[in-house]
Parts: sequence; C-alpha cells; structure tokens
Amino acid sequence: MAKNDLIGGALWEQYSAKVGERMNNPRHRGEISEEEAKALGARLVVADWGAEACGDAVRLYWAVDPATDRILLAKFKSFGCGTAIASSDMMAELSMGKTVDEALKITNIEVEHSLRDNDETPAIPPQKMHCSVMAYDVIKKAASVYKGVDMASLAEEEIVCECARVGLRTIREVIRINDLKTVEEITQYTKAGAFCKSCLRPGGHEKRNYYLVDILRDTRAAMEQEKLFAQADAGDFSAKNLIQKHRAIEKALDEKIRPALAADGGSLEVVDIRESEGTVGVYIRYLGACRGCISSTKGTLQFIENLLRQELADSIRVIPL
Amino acid sequence: MDRIYLDNNATTIVDPRVKEAMEPFFCQQYGNPNSLHSFGTEIHPAMRLAMDRLYCGIGAGDQDDIIINSCASEGNNHVLKGIYFDLIRQGPKKEIVTTQVEHPCVRNSCAFLETLGAKVTYMPVNADGIVDPDTLRRHIDPDRTALVSVMWANNETGLVFPIRELAEVCREKGVLFHTDAVQAIGKLAVDVGRVPVDFLTFSAHKFHGPKGIGGLFIRKGLKLTPLLHGGEQMGGKRAGTVNVPYLVGMGVAMQLAVENLDYEERAVRRLRDRLEDAILAVPDTMVVGNRELRTPNTILASFRGIEGEAMIWDLNTNGVAASTGSACASESLEPNPTFVAMCISDELAHTGIRFSLSRFSTEDEIERAALAIAHSAARLRAISSSYDKGK
Repeated sequence: MAKNDLIGGALWEQYSAKVGERMNNPRHRGEISEEEAKALGARLVVADWGAEACGDAVRLYWAVDPATDRILLAKFKSFGCGTAIASSDMMAELSMGKTVDEALKITNIEVEHSLRDNDETPAIPPQKMHCSVMAYDVIKKAASVYKGVDMASLAEEEIVCECARVGLRTIREVIRINDLKTVEEITQYTKAGAFCKSCLRPGGHEKRNYYLVDILRDTRAAMEQEKLFAQADAGDFSAKNLIQKHRAIEKALDEKIRPALAADGGSLEVVDIRESEGTVGVYIRYLGACRGCISSTKGTLQFIENLLRQELADSIRVIPL
Repeated sequence: MDRIYLDNNATTIVDPRVKEAMEPFFCQQYGNPNSLHSFGTEIHPAMRLAMDRLYCGIGAGDQDDIIINSCASEGNNHVLKGIYFDLIRQGPKKEIVTTQVEHPCVRNSCAFLETLGAKVTYMPVNADGIVDPDTLRRHIDPDRTALVSVMWANNETGLVFPIRELAEVCREKGVLFHTDAVQAIGKLAVDVGRVPVDFLTFSAHKFHGPKGIGGLFIRKGLKLTPLLHGGEQMGGKRAGTVNVPYLVGMGVAMQLAVENLDYEERAVRRLRDRLEDAILAVPDTMVVGNRELRTPNTILASFRGIEGEAMIWDLNTNGVAASTGSACASESLEPNPTFVAMCISDELAHTGIRFSLSRFSTEDEIERAALAIAHSAARLRAISSSYDKGK
C-alpha cells in the first residue's frame, strides 16, 4: 500500500461509480407523508439516527403494511457526507419489499457490497465505513418504533464491530478455536476492526462497550486459566508444573499412604521436591512413630515410593531426610 | 464545462510569465550554480535578480538572509527545530508560544518538540478569530519564552493577525518572533522593514509561482542551526543544490505579487465580496469573520443543514472547486483544529466550506459559481434530515 499512500487526496477515488451516482441522484430521497402511507393502506414509521454534531444523521421513512409487516415504501433524508447519502439511499432500497424482521437482518456490509462496482473492490474506503454507513442502526430504530418496543430488545447480541457487524460471542469463539494471539489476527479472521477501527482499542472515532484489545486479553487470560486447570486435573504427571506435582503428590499421600502410617501412629511431610534429569526427587521427613522406625528406610520407604510411582509416574524417587 | 477554481489558498495557477521565465533554466542554462566553470557562473545573474526580487518583495535588507528552501513547511520546521537546538535544548528558555489555529506544519512540529522537552503554549483566538497583542503579552515570559510563532493570515478563515503589533510586543520583551506568511504574500503588503519579525516563511505556489520552492527570512545577525546539513549552498544555512529554475520563477512570482497587490485589494476583494453577498443571500448561511479583517480573497462559509463533503462533491460535479474543513472529508476523519479553536459550533465544523479567489478569478466565474452554490445548497437541503425551511 505504501506507494499508493504517498500521494494523498485519494478519498474520492476510492468511491465506487455506484456511490458517485447515488450521491448525485439518490433514488429514494425525500419523505413519506401520513396521507401517502394511508393511501397505501400502510402505517408510517419515521426513525432518526445519528447527530449533526457527529457529522452524520439520517431519517428513515417506512410505509409498512400492518397485515403482513411488509415495507411497501422506503425513503430517507440525510445530513451527511456523500457516502452517507449514497449508503442511506441503498439502505432504503434494500429494505423495500422486505418484512420488518427481514429488514432487521440487513447489515452495513450488505449495504456496502450492494454499492460495489465489482465483487473485489470496496465501494467506499475503510475509514468511511463506520460513520457514513448507518443502515443497521436506523433500521433497528425503525423496527423498534414499528413494534413499539425498546431498541435494545432487538439486539440479539452485543455487537463489537458495527462496520462488519461482528458480535462478542463470535470474536471470543474465533480467538479460542484458532488460538489467536493478536488483534490483527482477529481482524483477518472476522473483518472486525478492518473498517473504521473504533473497536480496536479505546481512543478511536467512537467510544465502544467492548474493544478487541480487551476481548483478546480477557479471552487469552481465560484460556490460560483453563489450560492450567486442565493441566492440574490431567493424568499426565510429567506435564504438570512443580506446584501441580506437589499437589498431586500430597493428594496421593493423603489418600493412600498417610492413613496406613497413621494406623501405626506415624506420619510424614514433604519437605521439598526437586526435579533433575528426568527424575522427581520427593524429600520427606517422617513424623510420630515413623521417626526412627527401622522400616522407614527400607520396606516402608519402598512402599511409599512404589505407590507414588504407580499412582503418578515412574520418575519419582523418594528420599527420606 | 469550464471548471471554476476557487481553492487558491490550497495552491494557485502558475502565472504564464513565471513559467516563461523558468523555461531557459531547464535545457539551456542548467549548470550547478556552485560550479566554478561557465555553466555554473552563467546562472548567477538570474539568481541574483531573483534574490533581489524576493528581498525587494518583502522589504528585506541586504544584511538579512532569505534562505531558499522547498516550501513553507520546511521553513517553519527550520525555525522551530533550529530554535530548539539553539535555545531550548540549552535552557533556560524552554518555551514556544504559538496559537491554536496554526497550519499543521507548525502545530505538528511543536507537538514533536514537546516530545523532546520543549514546552509549548497554544494561545486561543478571540471572538474575532485572531490573537490580540494583550493576549500575547500575557503569555510571554521573557525568562522562559524562546520563540513566539503566529501566522500572518489564517488559511481557513483568511483572518489577518495584527502581526506588526504582535512583533512589537516580542521586540519589547526581547523574545524572538516568527510568522508563517504563506497566506499573506500576494494578498497583503508584507514588509519586514516595517514589521519587526525575526523569521518569516513563505511558499511560491501560494502566489502563482511553482510548487516545491519557498523562502525563509532571517533577520540580520540571528543564528539558526540548519535543518539540512551538507554542502555550502545558502552560505551553509541550507544544504542542497538550489532549484534554479524554480528560484527564478519564485522571483518573478514575487514581483508580480507585489505589483498586483493593489489589484488584489480592489478587484479581487470586490469579486470576493460579490460572491460573499451571493452566498449570504442563500437563507441560513453564515460567513466566518468580518470581511474587513480577512485577506481579500477568502470566504469560509457555512450552509446550515449541509455537510461539507457532500457540498464540495456537489460543487465539484458542477465544476466548482472549493474545499472543506469537514472531518468527513479528511483521510483521518479528525475534526479540523482551527474550527475547534474558533469555538465554532459543532455543526459548522461539519459544514464549513472555503472559497478562495485569486487575481485569475473572473467576473463571469464568480457569477457562475454563485449560481452553482445556490443550486447545490437547494439540492442538498432538499435531502437534508436536519434542514427544514423556516425553522
């Protein structure tokens, strides 16, 4: 990209011909009046989204057939840049003929794709994706007005990247399944963060509830924790870290050995565990009746070592102190 | 369709007389002026003439320097970074005082120097969009301020700063003063003989010269560490072979700029005012800044309910070239800091359109531009969700 980035002033060159055409002659601009809606036997729905202070605002008009929930006519008005006008025009067009529930499935990406001149070339540059393509939000708003419900109730899940419309659940899954380690990888796999980049990290164009950097960090932390737990619970003794080995040894001692020693009024404690050259040295100190017992360096010791080897690993050697 | 160019604060057409003067220095007199042979020395008369024109154009004395460089961005970087190396790094004067509405080459150089330990104060502008001498006085501390840098005229609004008074405040306090005069040359009388600035920068392509050449005035006796080190060109103050044809062109452009100042002040201003009146005749429009306080060629207008990028797109489609400070039209989508500093409403930050004329603008162009503007405004307001007639 470097060579292409050096000249600058390329913003408009990145708009598709379709975008240009709809900027010049939007097909669905304008309003729908109560009378027009009534004449169609439809209910008028008007929804506003965005704010002038942010640079982009759109008002969507729908005439919806109350019997079938079908959108018979859609129009829009927009305070926004050229791409906002073009994408609002396409959004109105895509919603027409659909039921309200079908319209709710229209994504910003779909609007952008419909504005492409060919499949490979994006219709508008990435940084314009977020702020100028507001299809999903205003449709959700219109649907909530029509259904008389709160807008939040229509959101099936938390959307992290509005541009590519990628949800929190998807991002967490992709990180886990593919063992992703960087935000760039998340973008490669999901397209989240590829457009306006607001969701990458705090400080972008827009404040978000979730940022990819945080999701990655938290998901990786959860994965790490699960890995440790799995290791701790795993049968493979040699894969465990020292603390986990200590725990496993204590557990075996508690279950199989200490009760037997206690029957004779004795016990033992683990003083140290040292690993070297493939062997795990378990240093123990006898307590109670075991101390000074003649068997403690012979038969009992053998019994303890065999049992730990049998329960845990052949690499264990028990050394009395 | 004949296009109409109303973006002269961005760049200007090269005056054909400038181009003609440059012509011999590409294929005939192409020597390196630092060479001792005839190919080099035969260039010198033309260079001296060009330098005379530049010195004369801004009223510089023979003991002053005008360093020929590549552009005003270079000149501004040279002053700010030179002062950093010469003064700030040594201390105790560690502060640069500038404004919130400078061109990015000043603002971003200052931001860079802050990372190296310089302290930078960005003065706000007053209700008229300028910095007044009293404000400057309050912000200067002679023990700590190394340099004051204030633009002569603002590129977005055309508002002219009281540079003589500001320079006098600095002189009185014993603080160095720099002005970015890019938007002033050719539009206003710029005379360093009357205005006690220490450093002044300009760029040829803003006054009908070629792109890629500019100048830095340094008051006699002042030291400024070079930005470019290398050969002995420009007396060692700016290395790099001098761009001879462009220097020749800049000299002619400067002379023409000065000769046309009166035309600029009368004729260009009259056309500008006519366009401004036409814009203000469109309902719910405003223009930033009193027209008497602006360069004679500039209008920053706002059309309520119309986003700037959509407006310049539409104007462009109709053959009128203007510019917008709207965030939506920048690659980064960041709001324009000048608009933010001017405390202009959020709406204006998205609606501002700049029209800038030149001495090449014609009456006919202005008439047609006025029609195109009214047409675009009506069309875009018809689709605007935030414009209702009579509201």
